[in-house]
Amino acid sequence: MSLAATPPARAGAGALTPRVRSALRASLTLLAFALLYETIAATGYFPPVLMPSLVRIGATLWSMLLDGSMLAHAAGTLYRVMLGMGLAIGVGLPLGILMGRRKPVEHFFMPLASAFMPIPSLAWVPVFILWFGLGNTAAVLIVFYAALFPMLLNAWAGVRAVNPLWLRAAGAMGADETALFWKVIIPGASPFIITGVRQAFLRAWIAVIGAEFLAASDWGLGWVIFDAKEFLNADIMIASLVVIGAIGFAFERLVFGTLERVTVQRWGMVRDVKG
Amino acid sequence: MTDVATRPAASVATAKTDASRLWVAARTAFPFLVVFSLWEIVAQLGLFPPRLFPSLLDVARAFAQLTLNGILPRHALDTVLRLTGGFLLAAGVGVAIGIVMGRSRRVEDTGLPLVSVLAPIPGIAWAPLFLLWFGLGNRPAMLLVAFVSAFPIIFNTWTGVKAVKEIWVRSAQAMGADDRRLFSKVILPGALPYILTGLRLGLAQAWRTLVGVEMLASVPWGLGWMIFGAREFLNTDVMLAGVVVIGAIGLALEKLVFQRLERYTVQRWGMMT
Repeated sequence: MSLAATPPARAGAGALTPRVRSALRASLTLLAFALLYETIAATGYFPPVLMPSLVRIGATLWSMLLDGSMLAHAAGTLYRVMLGMGLAIGVGLPLGILMGRRKPVEHFFMPLASAFMPIPSLAWVPVFILWFGLGNTAAVLIVFYAALFPMLLNAWAGVRAVNPLWLRAAGAMGADETALFWKVIIPGASPFIITGVRQAFLRAWIAVIGAEFLAASDWGLGWVIFDAKEFLNADIMIASLVVIGAIGFAFERLVFGTLERVTVQRWGMVRDVKG
Repeated sequence: MTDVATRPAASVATAKTDASRLWVAARTAFPFLVVFSLWEIVAQLGLFPPRLFPSLLDVARAFAQLTLNGILPRHALDTVLRLTGGFLLAAGVGVAIGIVMGRSRRVEDTGLPLVSVLAPIPGIAWAPLFLLWFGLGNRPAMLLVAFVSAFPIIFNTWTGVKAVKEIWVRSAQAMGADDRRLFSKVILPGALPYILTGLRLGLAQAWRTLVGVEMLASVPWGLGWMIFGAREFLNTDVMLAGVVVIGAIGLALEKLVFQRLERYTVQRWGMMT
Protein backbone atom coordinates (compact mmCIF):
# COMPACT_ATOMS: atom_id res chain seq x y z
CA MET A 1 0.00 0.00 0.00
CA SER A 2 2.98 2.24 0.47
CA LEU A 3 3.35 4.77 -2.28
CA ALA A 4 7.02 4.14 -2.86
CA ALA A 5 7.24 0.60 -4.10
CA THR A 6 10.63 -0.95 -3.64
CA PRO A 7 12.42 -1.20 -6.96
CA PRO A 8 13.55 -4.67 -7.88
CA ALA A 9 17.16 -5.40 -7.05
CA ARG A 10 19.63 -4.59 -9.77
CA ALA A 11 22.63 -6.56 -10.91
CA GLY A 12 25.02 -6.91 -8.01
CA ALA A 13 28.39 -7.00 -9.74
CA GLY A 14 29.78 -3.64 -10.83
CA ALA A 15 26.65 -1.83 -9.63
CA LEU A 16 28.60 1.15 -8.41
CA THR A 17 29.23 2.81 -11.73
CA PRO A 18 25.58 2.82 -12.88
CA ARG A 19 24.58 4.03 -9.44
CA VAL A 20 27.00 6.93 -9.60
CA ARG A 21 25.73 7.72 -13.06
CA SER A 22 22.13 7.61 -11.80
CA ALA A 23 22.94 9.96 -8.93
CA LEU A 24 24.68 12.30 -11.33
CA ARG A 25 21.73 12.28 -13.69
CA ALA A 26 19.34 12.81 -10.78
CA SER A 27 21.15 15.89 -9.54
CA LEU A 28 21.48 17.17 -13.10
CA THR A 29 17.72 16.76 -13.58
CA LEU A 30 16.87 18.62 -10.43
CA LEU A 31 19.34 21.34 -11.35
CA ALA A 32 17.91 21.61 -14.86
CA PHE A 33 14.40 21.76 -13.46
CA ALA A 34 15.39 24.49 -11.01
CA LEU A 35 17.04 26.45 -13.83
CA LEU A 36 13.95 26.10 -16.00
CA TYR A 37 11.75 27.36 -13.19
CA GLU A 38 14.14 30.20 -12.50
CA THR A 39 14.19 31.22 -16.16
CA ILE A 40 10.41 31.26 -16.40
CA ALA A 41 10.20 33.24 -13.17
CA ALA A 42 12.85 35.68 -14.42
CA THR A 43 11.06 36.36 -17.71
CA GLY A 44 8.23 37.88 -15.70
CA TYR A 45 5.64 36.15 -17.87
CA PHE A 46 3.81 35.32 -14.66
CA PRO A 47 3.55 38.00 -11.98
CA PRO A 48 6.41 37.51 -9.51
CA VAL A 49 4.01 37.41 -6.55
CA LEU A 50 2.50 34.26 -8.04
CA MET A 51 5.74 32.71 -9.19
CA PRO A 52 8.57 33.93 -6.97
CA SER A 53 12.16 33.11 -7.84
CA LEU A 54 13.86 30.25 -6.02
CA VAL A 55 16.25 32.67 -4.38
CA ARG A 56 13.33 34.54 -2.90
CA ILE A 57 11.72 31.30 -1.67
CA GLY A 58 15.03 30.22 -0.14
CA ALA A 59 15.46 33.56 1.58
CA THR A 60 11.90 33.45 2.94
CA LEU A 61 12.37 29.90 4.20
CA TRP A 62 15.67 30.84 5.81
CA SER A 63 14.32 33.91 7.57
CA MET A 64 11.23 32.03 8.78
CA LEU A 65 13.47 29.28 10.11
CA LEU A 66 15.74 31.82 11.81
CA ASP A 67 13.02 33.80 13.57
CA GLY A 68 11.52 30.53 14.75
CA SER A 69 8.06 31.10 13.30
CA MET A 70 8.35 28.18 10.86
CA LEU A 71 9.49 25.87 13.65
CA ALA A 72 6.61 26.99 15.84
CA HIS A 73 4.07 26.29 13.10
CA ALA A 74 5.66 22.93 12.29
CA ALA A 75 5.58 22.03 15.98
CA GLY A 76 1.91 23.00 16.12
CA THR A 77 1.06 20.81 13.15
CA LEU A 78 3.08 17.92 14.54
CA TYR A 79 1.36 18.31 17.89
CA ARG A 80 -2.04 17.94 16.21
CA VAL A 81 -0.88 14.94 14.21
CA MET A 82 0.63 13.25 17.22
CA LEU A 83 -2.41 13.87 19.40
CA GLY A 84 -4.80 12.60 16.74
CA MET A 85 -2.59 9.63 15.90
CA GLY A 86 -2.14 8.82 19.58
CA LEU A 87 -5.91 8.75 20.02
CA ALA A 88 -6.29 6.66 16.86
CA ILE A 89 -3.67 4.15 18.00
CA GLY A 90 -5.10 4.08 21.50
CA VAL A 91 -8.54 3.23 20.17
CA GLY A 92 -7.72 1.39 16.94
CA LEU A 93 -5.02 -0.95 18.16
CA PRO A 94 -6.81 -2.58 21.12
CA LEU A 95 -10.10 -2.65 19.24
CA GLY A 96 -8.46 -4.19 16.16
CA ILE A 97 -6.73 -6.85 18.24
CA LEU A 98 -9.96 -7.59 20.07
CA MET A 99 -11.77 -7.87 16.74
CA GLY A 100 -9.19 -10.34 15.54
CA ARG A 101 -9.48 -12.48 18.66
CA ARG A 102 -13.20 -12.34 19.47
CA LYS A 103 -15.80 -13.09 16.82
CA PRO A 104 -18.72 -11.17 18.41
CA VAL A 105 -16.61 -8.00 18.59
CA GLU A 106 -15.66 -8.43 14.95
CA HIS A 107 -19.28 -8.97 13.97
CA PHE A 108 -20.26 -5.78 15.74
CA PHE A 109 -17.54 -3.38 14.63
CA MET A 110 -16.65 -4.67 11.16
CA PRO A 111 -19.87 -3.49 9.45
CA LEU A 112 -19.51 -0.08 11.09
CA ALA A 113 -15.88 0.22 10.01
CA SER A 114 -16.70 -0.74 6.43
CA ALA A 115 -19.49 1.83 6.33
CA PHE A 116 -17.45 4.71 7.73
CA MET A 117 -14.14 3.95 6.06
CA PRO A 118 -15.12 5.11 2.54
CA ILE A 119 -16.05 8.56 3.86
CA PRO A 120 -12.99 10.82 3.41
CA SER A 121 -11.96 12.47 6.65
CA LEU A 122 -12.16 15.94 5.09
CA ALA A 123 -15.89 15.43 4.45
CA TRP A 124 -16.37 15.64 8.21
CA VAL A 125 -14.63 19.01 8.46
CA PRO A 126 -17.78 21.16 8.15
CA VAL A 127 -19.71 18.92 10.54
CA PHE A 128 -16.92 18.95 13.11
CA ILE A 129 -16.55 22.73 12.79
CA LEU A 130 -20.21 23.12 13.68
CA TRP A 131 -19.97 20.71 16.58
CA PHE A 132 -16.64 21.68 18.08
CA GLY A 133 -16.02 25.16 16.72
CA LEU A 134 -13.06 26.37 14.70
CA GLY A 135 -9.71 25.42 16.08
CA ASN A 136 -7.78 22.66 17.66
CA THR A 137 -10.46 20.17 18.68
CA ALA A 138 -11.94 19.87 15.21
CA ALA A 139 -8.49 19.48 13.59
CA VAL A 140 -7.36 16.80 16.05
CA LEU A 141 -10.60 14.87 15.60
CA ILE A 142 -10.24 14.97 11.81
CA VAL A 143 -6.74 13.53 12.19
CA PHE A 144 -8.13 10.92 14.54
CA TYR A 145 -10.79 9.91 12.03
CA ALA A 146 -8.26 9.71 9.20
CA ALA A 147 -5.78 7.62 11.17
CA LEU A 148 -8.27 5.34 12.91
CA PHE A 149 -9.24 3.03 10.05
CA PRO A 150 -5.78 2.06 8.74
CA MET A 151 -4.78 1.30 12.33
CA LEU A 152 -7.92 -0.68 13.13
CA LEU A 153 -7.97 -2.76 9.97
CA ASN A 154 -4.27 -3.56 10.00
CA ALA A 155 -4.35 -4.64 13.64
CA TRP A 156 -7.34 -6.83 12.88
CA ALA A 157 -5.73 -8.34 9.78
CA GLY A 158 -2.45 -8.85 11.63
CA VAL A 159 -4.01 -10.78 14.47
CA ARG A 160 -5.92 -12.94 12.04
CA ALA A 161 -2.78 -13.56 10.00
CA VAL A 162 -0.94 -15.10 12.97
CA ASN A 163 -0.22 -18.69 12.00
CA PRO A 164 -2.64 -20.93 13.97
CA LEU A 165 0.12 -23.50 14.20
CA TRP A 166 2.14 -21.11 16.37
CA LEU A 167 -0.86 -20.61 18.66
CA ARG A 168 -1.33 -24.32 19.06
CA ALA A 169 2.37 -24.94 19.52
CA ALA A 170 2.56 -22.28 22.22
CA GLY A 171 -0.58 -23.68 23.84
CA ALA A 172 0.86 -27.19 23.79
CA MET A 173 4.02 -25.92 25.44
CA GLY A 174 1.88 -24.58 28.25
CA ALA A 175 1.73 -20.86 27.46
CA ASP A 176 -1.06 -19.14 29.35
CA GLU A 177 -3.28 -16.46 27.88
CA THR A 178 -0.95 -13.57 28.81
CA ALA A 179 2.18 -15.25 27.46
CA LEU A 180 0.32 -16.27 24.31
CA PHE A 181 -0.71 -12.67 23.78
CA TRP A 182 2.64 -11.00 24.41
CA LYS A 183 4.96 -13.67 23.01
CA VAL A 184 3.02 -14.95 20.02
CA ILE A 185 0.14 -12.75 18.91
CA ILE A 186 1.74 -9.32 19.26
CA PRO A 187 5.05 -10.23 17.57
CA GLY A 188 3.17 -12.20 14.93
CA ALA A 189 0.89 -9.29 14.15
CA SER A 190 3.65 -6.67 14.38
CA PRO A 191 4.41 -6.32 10.65
CA PHE A 192 0.77 -5.46 10.04
CA ILE A 193 0.62 -3.19 13.06
CA ILE A 194 3.67 -1.23 11.91
CA THR A 195 2.20 -0.99 8.42
CA GLY A 196 -0.96 0.29 10.08
CA VAL A 197 0.89 3.00 11.99
CA ARG A 198 2.71 3.99 8.82
CA GLN A 199 -0.46 4.24 6.76
CA ALA A 200 -2.18 6.03 9.61
CA PHE A 201 0.58 8.63 9.58
CA LEU A 202 0.31 9.13 5.82
CA ARG A 203 -3.45 9.67 6.09
CA ALA A 204 -3.08 11.84 9.17
CA TRP A 205 -0.47 14.02 7.51
CA ILE A 206 -2.80 14.72 4.58
CA ALA A 207 -5.79 15.22 6.84
CA VAL A 208 -4.08 17.67 9.17
CA ILE A 209 -3.15 19.99 6.30
CA GLY A 210 -6.72 19.96 4.97
CA ALA A 211 -8.14 20.41 8.44
CA GLU A 212 -5.83 23.36 9.09
CA PHE A 213 -6.95 25.00 5.85
CA LEU A 214 -10.60 24.77 6.68
CA ALA A 215 -10.88 24.62 10.44
CA ALA A 216 -8.01 27.03 10.86
CA SER A 217 -7.18 28.48 14.19
CA ASP A 218 -4.10 30.65 14.07
CA TRP A 219 -1.12 28.33 13.86
CA GLY A 220 0.03 25.28 11.93
CA LEU A 221 1.68 24.79 8.55
CA GLY A 222 -1.63 24.42 6.73
CA TRP A 223 -2.87 27.63 8.24
CA VAL A 224 0.34 29.43 7.16
CA ILE A 225 -0.25 28.40 3.55
CA PHE A 226 -3.89 29.36 3.63
CA ASP A 227 -3.18 32.66 5.33
CA ALA A 228 -0.37 33.50 2.88
CA LYS A 229 -2.79 33.00 -0.01
CA GLU A 230 -4.85 35.96 1.19
CA PHE A 231 -1.82 38.22 0.87
CA LEU A 232 -0.50 36.62 -2.34
CA ASN A 233 2.66 35.55 -0.55
CA ALA A 234 3.51 32.68 -2.86
CA ASP A 235 7.05 32.53 -1.47
CA ILE A 236 5.75 31.74 2.02
CA MET A 237 3.36 29.18 0.57
CA ILE A 238 6.07 27.33 -1.32
CA ALA A 239 8.47 27.54 1.64
CA SER A 240 5.80 25.91 3.83
CA LEU A 241 5.21 23.26 1.17
CA VAL A 242 8.91 22.42 1.30
CA VAL A 243 8.76 22.06 5.06
CA ILE A 244 5.62 19.91 4.86
CA GLY A 245 7.26 17.65 2.29
CA ALA A 246 10.47 17.43 4.30
CA ILE A 247 8.66 16.44 7.50
CA GLY A 248 6.57 13.84 5.67
CA PHE A 249 9.66 12.43 4.00
CA ALA A 250 11.61 12.37 7.26
CA PHE A 251 8.88 10.48 9.05
CA GLU A 252 8.42 7.97 6.27
CA ARG A 253 12.12 7.24 5.83
CA LEU A 254 13.74 7.91 9.18
CA VAL A 255 11.11 7.17 11.78
CA PHE A 256 9.23 4.28 10.21
CA GLY A 257 12.25 2.87 8.40
CA THR A 258 14.17 2.74 11.69
CA LEU A 259 11.18 1.41 13.56
CA GLU A 260 10.83 -1.41 11.09
CA ARG A 261 14.52 -2.22 11.22
CA VAL A 262 14.70 -2.48 15.00
CA THR A 263 11.51 -4.49 15.35
CA VAL A 264 10.14 -6.72 12.65
CA GLN A 265 13.25 -7.10 10.55
CA ARG A 266 15.26 -7.95 13.64
CA TRP A 267 12.70 -10.48 14.77
CA GLY A 268 12.84 -12.00 11.32
CA MET A 269 9.17 -11.31 10.65
CA VAL A 270 9.78 -9.85 7.18
CA ARG A 271 12.51 -10.75 4.82
CA ASP A 272 14.98 -8.13 3.79
CA VAL A 273 14.07 -7.05 0.28
CA LYS A 274 17.59 -6.27 -0.74
CA GLY A 275 18.56 -9.97 -0.88
CA MET B 1 -43.09 -33.34 0.25
CA THR B 2 -41.81 -36.02 -2.09
CA ASP B 3 -39.12 -33.66 -3.14
CA VAL B 4 -37.99 -33.27 0.40
CA ALA B 5 -38.17 -36.98 1.00
CA THR B 6 -36.11 -37.96 -1.99
CA ARG B 7 -33.40 -35.35 -1.62
CA PRO B 8 -33.28 -34.49 2.02
CA ALA B 9 -29.62 -33.58 2.10
CA ALA B 10 -29.86 -30.94 -0.59
CA SER B 11 -32.89 -29.15 0.80
CA VAL B 12 -31.50 -29.19 4.29
CA ALA B 13 -28.36 -27.65 2.93
CA THR B 14 -30.26 -24.87 1.15
CA ALA B 15 -32.40 -24.25 4.22
CA LYS B 16 -29.26 -23.99 6.26
CA THR B 17 -27.58 -21.51 3.89
CA ASP B 18 -30.79 -19.47 3.80
CA ALA B 19 -30.88 -19.36 7.56
CA SER B 20 -27.21 -18.50 7.85
CA ARG B 21 -27.54 -15.81 5.21
CA LEU B 22 -30.41 -14.32 7.15
CA TRP B 23 -28.32 -14.48 10.28
CA VAL B 24 -25.41 -12.73 8.58
CA ALA B 25 -27.76 -9.99 7.38
CA ALA B 26 -29.18 -9.56 10.87
CA ARG B 27 -25.71 -9.55 12.35
CA THR B 28 -24.60 -6.87 9.91
CA ALA B 29 -27.67 -4.73 10.51
CA PHE B 30 -27.47 -4.95 14.31
CA PRO B 31 -24.56 -2.53 14.93
CA PHE B 32 -26.18 0.09 12.70
CA LEU B 33 -29.40 -0.31 14.63
CA VAL B 34 -27.54 0.28 17.88
CA VAL B 35 -25.71 3.34 16.56
CA PHE B 36 -28.82 4.80 14.97
CA SER B 37 -30.92 4.33 18.09
CA LEU B 38 -28.20 5.89 20.25
CA TRP B 39 -28.09 8.85 17.87
CA GLU B 40 -31.87 9.15 17.93
CA ILE B 41 -32.03 8.99 21.71
CA VAL B 42 -29.41 11.72 22.06
CA ALA B 43 -31.19 13.82 19.44
CA GLN B 44 -34.58 13.40 21.09
CA LEU B 45 -33.25 14.18 24.55
CA GLY B 46 -32.28 17.60 23.27
CA LEU B 47 -28.82 17.59 24.86
CA PHE B 48 -27.58 19.50 21.84
CA PRO B 49 -29.49 22.07 19.82
CA PRO B 50 -31.48 20.22 17.13
CA ARG B 51 -29.96 22.44 14.45
CA LEU B 52 -26.56 20.97 15.26
CA PHE B 53 -27.66 17.45 16.12
CA PRO B 54 -30.71 16.71 13.96
CA SER B 55 -32.75 13.56 14.32
CA LEU B 56 -32.21 10.91 11.67
CA LEU B 57 -35.71 11.60 10.36
CA ASP B 58 -34.66 15.16 9.56
CA VAL B 59 -31.58 13.90 7.79
CA ALA B 60 -33.68 11.44 5.79
CA ARG B 61 -36.17 14.19 4.99
CA ALA B 62 -33.41 16.54 3.84
CA PHE B 63 -31.96 13.73 1.74
CA ALA B 64 -35.30 12.93 0.10
CA GLN B 65 -36.13 16.57 -0.52
CA LEU B 66 -32.73 17.38 -2.01
CA THR B 67 -32.88 14.26 -4.17
CA LEU B 68 -36.38 14.98 -5.43
CA ASN B 69 -35.73 18.58 -6.38
CA GLY B 70 -32.58 17.49 -8.17
CA ILE B 71 -30.07 19.50 -6.15
CA LEU B 72 -28.26 16.58 -4.57
CA PRO B 73 -28.00 14.55 -7.82
CA ARG B 74 -26.59 17.59 -9.59
CA HIS B 75 -23.97 18.13 -6.89
CA ALA B 76 -23.08 14.45 -6.99
CA LEU B 77 -22.93 14.37 -10.77
CA ASP B 78 -20.60 17.34 -10.92
CA THR B 79 -18.33 15.84 -8.30
CA VAL B 80 -18.18 12.52 -10.12
CA LEU B 81 -17.53 14.24 -13.47
CA ARG B 82 -14.73 16.28 -11.92
CA LEU B 83 -13.26 13.15 -10.39
CA THR B 84 -13.51 11.27 -13.68
CA GLY B 85 -11.94 14.08 -15.67
CA GLY B 86 -9.03 14.56 -13.32
CA PHE B 87 -8.49 10.87 -12.84
CA LEU B 88 -8.55 10.02 -16.55
CA LEU B 89 -6.01 12.75 -17.19
CA ALA B 90 -3.81 11.35 -14.42
CA ALA B 91 -4.27 7.76 -15.62
CA GLY B 92 -3.30 8.57 -19.20
CA VAL B 93 -0.30 10.69 -18.33
CA GLY B 94 0.76 8.62 -15.31
CA VAL B 95 0.69 5.23 -17.01
CA ALA B 96 2.56 6.61 -20.03
CA ILE B 97 5.26 8.21 -17.87
CA GLY B 98 5.51 5.11 -15.68
CA ILE B 99 5.96 2.79 -18.66
CA VAL B 100 8.58 4.97 -20.30
CA MET B 101 10.38 5.27 -16.96
CA GLY B 102 10.31 1.53 -16.55
CA ARG B 103 11.69 0.82 -20.02
CA SER B 104 14.30 3.52 -20.42
CA ARG B 105 17.09 3.97 -17.94
CA ARG B 106 17.69 7.53 -19.04
CA VAL B 107 14.09 8.62 -18.50
CA GLU B 108 14.07 6.79 -15.17
CA ASP B 109 17.10 8.70 -13.95
CA THR B 110 15.49 11.94 -15.08
CA GLY B 111 11.95 11.36 -13.85
CA LEU B 112 12.45 9.51 -10.60
CA PRO B 113 14.13 12.37 -8.67
CA LEU B 114 11.34 14.74 -9.61
CA VAL B 115 8.66 12.26 -8.60
CA SER B 116 10.42 11.38 -5.34
CA VAL B 117 10.82 15.03 -4.39
CA LEU B 118 7.20 15.93 -5.10
CA ALA B 119 5.46 12.79 -3.85
CA PRO B 120 5.86 13.25 -0.06
CA ILE B 121 3.98 16.57 -0.16
CA PRO B 122 0.29 15.92 0.55
CA GLY B 123 -1.75 16.86 -2.51
CA ILE B 124 -4.19 19.02 -0.61
CA ALA B 125 -1.31 21.26 0.49
CA TRP B 126 -0.96 22.42 -3.12
CA ALA B 127 -4.58 23.56 -3.22
CA PRO B 128 -4.08 27.24 -2.29
CA LEU B 129 -1.17 27.50 -4.73
CA PHE B 130 -3.24 25.94 -7.51
CA LEU B 131 -6.00 28.41 -6.71
CA LEU B 132 -3.56 31.29 -7.11
CA TRP B 133 -2.16 29.91 -10.33
CA PHE B 134 -5.32 28.72 -12.06
CA GLY B 135 -8.06 30.83 -10.50
CA LEU B 136 -11.12 29.65 -8.63
CA GLY B 137 -13.56 27.03 -9.85
CA ASN B 138 -13.36 23.90 -11.88
CA ARG B 139 -9.91 24.08 -13.46
CA PRO B 140 -7.71 24.07 -10.34
CA ALA B 141 -9.87 21.37 -8.76
CA MET B 142 -9.52 19.04 -11.72
CA LEU B 143 -5.83 19.76 -12.19
CA LEU B 144 -5.13 19.15 -8.52
CA VAL B 145 -7.04 15.85 -8.60
CA ALA B 146 -4.99 14.82 -11.63
CA PHE B 147 -1.75 15.95 -9.98
CA VAL B 148 -2.48 14.09 -6.76
CA SER B 149 -3.49 10.80 -8.33
CA ALA B 150 -0.65 10.81 -10.86
CA PHE B 151 2.01 9.93 -8.27
CA PRO B 152 0.81 6.51 -7.13
CA ILE B 153 0.01 5.68 -10.76
CA ILE B 154 3.51 6.61 -11.97
CA PHE B 155 5.22 4.80 -9.11
CA ASN B 156 3.28 1.59 -9.45
CA THR B 157 3.39 1.48 -13.24
CA TRP B 158 7.13 1.98 -13.10
CA THR B 159 7.51 -0.79 -10.52
CA GLY B 160 5.27 -3.07 -12.56
CA VAL B 161 7.27 -2.62 -15.75
CA LYS B 162 10.48 -3.23 -13.81
CA ALA B 163 8.94 -6.35 -12.28
CA VAL B 164 8.23 -8.00 -15.63
CA LYS B 165 10.52 -11.00 -15.67
CA GLU B 166 13.50 -10.47 -17.90
CA ILE B 167 13.17 -14.07 -19.11
CA TRP B 168 9.68 -13.38 -20.50
CA VAL B 169 11.01 -10.44 -22.47
CA ARG B 170 13.94 -12.41 -23.77
CA SER B 171 11.93 -15.48 -24.69
CA ALA B 172 9.39 -13.31 -26.51
CA GLN B 173 12.22 -11.66 -28.40
CA ALA B 174 13.78 -15.05 -29.16
CA MET B 175 10.44 -16.12 -30.61
CA GLY B 176 10.57 -13.11 -32.90
CA ALA B 177 8.21 -10.64 -31.24
CA ASP B 178 8.70 -7.10 -32.49
CA ASP B 179 8.61 -4.10 -30.16
CA ARG B 180 4.91 -3.49 -30.49
CA ARG B 181 3.97 -7.10 -29.82
CA LEU B 182 6.47 -7.29 -26.99
CA PHE B 183 4.78 -4.29 -25.41
CA SER B 184 1.17 -5.35 -25.86
CA LYS B 185 1.61 -9.09 -25.23
CA VAL B 186 4.31 -9.24 -22.57
CA ILE B 187 5.06 -5.98 -20.82
CA LEU B 188 1.56 -4.60 -20.48
CA PRO B 189 -0.06 -7.81 -19.17
CA GLY B 190 2.94 -8.44 -16.94
CA ALA B 191 2.79 -4.98 -15.40
CA LEU B 192 -0.99 -4.84 -15.22
CA PRO B 193 -1.48 -5.99 -11.62
CA TYR B 194 0.80 -3.18 -10.49
CA ILE B 195 -0.82 -0.67 -12.83
CA LEU B 196 -4.26 -1.55 -11.48
CA THR B 197 -2.99 -1.17 -7.92
CA GLY B 198 -1.63 2.23 -8.88
CA LEU B 199 -4.91 3.28 -10.47
CA ARG B 200 -6.79 2.12 -7.42
CA LEU B 201 -4.55 4.02 -5.01
CA GLY B 202 -4.65 7.03 -7.31
CA LEU B 203 -8.42 7.03 -7.45
CA ALA B 204 -8.69 6.69 -3.67
CA GLN B 205 -6.33 9.64 -3.17
CA ALA B 206 -8.10 11.65 -5.84
CA TRP B 207 -11.41 11.09 -4.11
CA ARG B 208 -10.15 12.08 -0.68
CA THR B 209 -8.49 15.18 -2.10
CA LEU B 210 -11.40 16.23 -4.28
CA VAL B 211 -13.79 16.49 -1.34
CA GLY B 212 -11.37 18.85 0.38
CA VAL B 213 -10.57 20.86 -2.73
CA GLU B 214 -14.23 21.46 -3.51
CA MET B 215 -14.56 23.16 -0.14
CA LEU B 216 -11.66 25.49 -0.96
CA ALA B 217 -12.13 26.21 -4.66
CA SER B 218 -15.72 27.49 -4.45
CA VAL B 219 -16.85 25.43 -7.42
CA PRO B 220 -20.47 26.19 -8.34
CA TRP B 221 -21.66 22.59 -7.87
CA GLY B 222 -20.13 19.70 -5.97
CA LEU B 223 -20.73 17.65 -2.85
CA GLY B 224 -17.78 19.11 -0.96
CA TRP B 225 -19.03 22.59 -1.64
CA MET B 226 -22.57 21.61 -0.73
CA ILE B 227 -21.65 20.41 2.75
CA PHE B 228 -19.24 23.28 3.32
CA GLY B 229 -21.82 25.80 2.19
CA ALA B 230 -24.50 24.24 4.39
CA ARG B 231 -22.32 25.06 7.38
CA GLU B 232 -23.05 28.77 6.88
CA PHE B 233 -26.75 28.15 7.40
CA LEU B 234 -26.32 25.58 10.18
CA ASN B 235 -28.01 22.98 7.99
CA THR B 236 -26.52 19.98 9.73
CA ASP B 237 -29.16 17.69 8.20
CA VAL B 238 -28.05 18.70 4.68
CA MET B 239 -24.42 18.18 5.66
CA LEU B 240 -25.02 14.70 7.01
CA ALA B 241 -27.05 13.75 3.93
CA GLY B 242 -24.09 14.93 1.84
CA VAL B 243 -21.64 12.92 3.92
CA VAL B 244 -23.76 9.80 3.38
CA VAL B 245 -23.71 10.33 -0.39
CA ILE B 246 -19.95 10.91 -0.32
CA GLY B 247 -19.49 7.64 1.56
CA ALA B 248 -21.74 5.79 -0.88
CA ILE B 249 -19.81 7.09 -3.88
CA GLY B 250 -16.50 6.14 -2.23
CA LEU B 251 -17.78 2.63 -1.58
CA ALA B 252 -19.12 2.30 -5.11
CA LEU B 253 -15.80 3.38 -6.63
CA GLU B 254 -13.98 0.71 -4.70
CA LYS B 255 -16.45 -2.16 -5.01
CA LEU B 256 -18.01 -1.66 -8.42
CA VAL B 257 -15.27 -0.10 -10.49
CA PHE B 258 -12.06 -1.71 -9.40
CA GLN B 259 -13.03 -5.12 -8.14
CA ARG B 260 -14.89 -5.70 -11.38
CA LEU B 261 -12.05 -4.41 -13.52
CA GLU B 262 -9.66 -6.68 -11.68
CA ARG B 263 -11.90 -9.67 -12.19
CA TYR B 264 -12.12 -9.07 -15.92
CA THR B 265 -8.44 -8.49 -16.53
CA VAL B 266 -5.73 -9.82 -14.29
CA GLN B 267 -7.68 -12.60 -12.64
CA ARG B 268 -8.87 -13.87 -15.96
CA TRP B 269 -5.38 -13.85 -17.39
CA GLY B 270 -4.16 -15.70 -14.34
CA MET B 271 -1.82 -12.93 -13.23
CA MET B 272 -3.27 -12.89 -9.75
CA THR B 273 -5.25 -15.38 -7.74
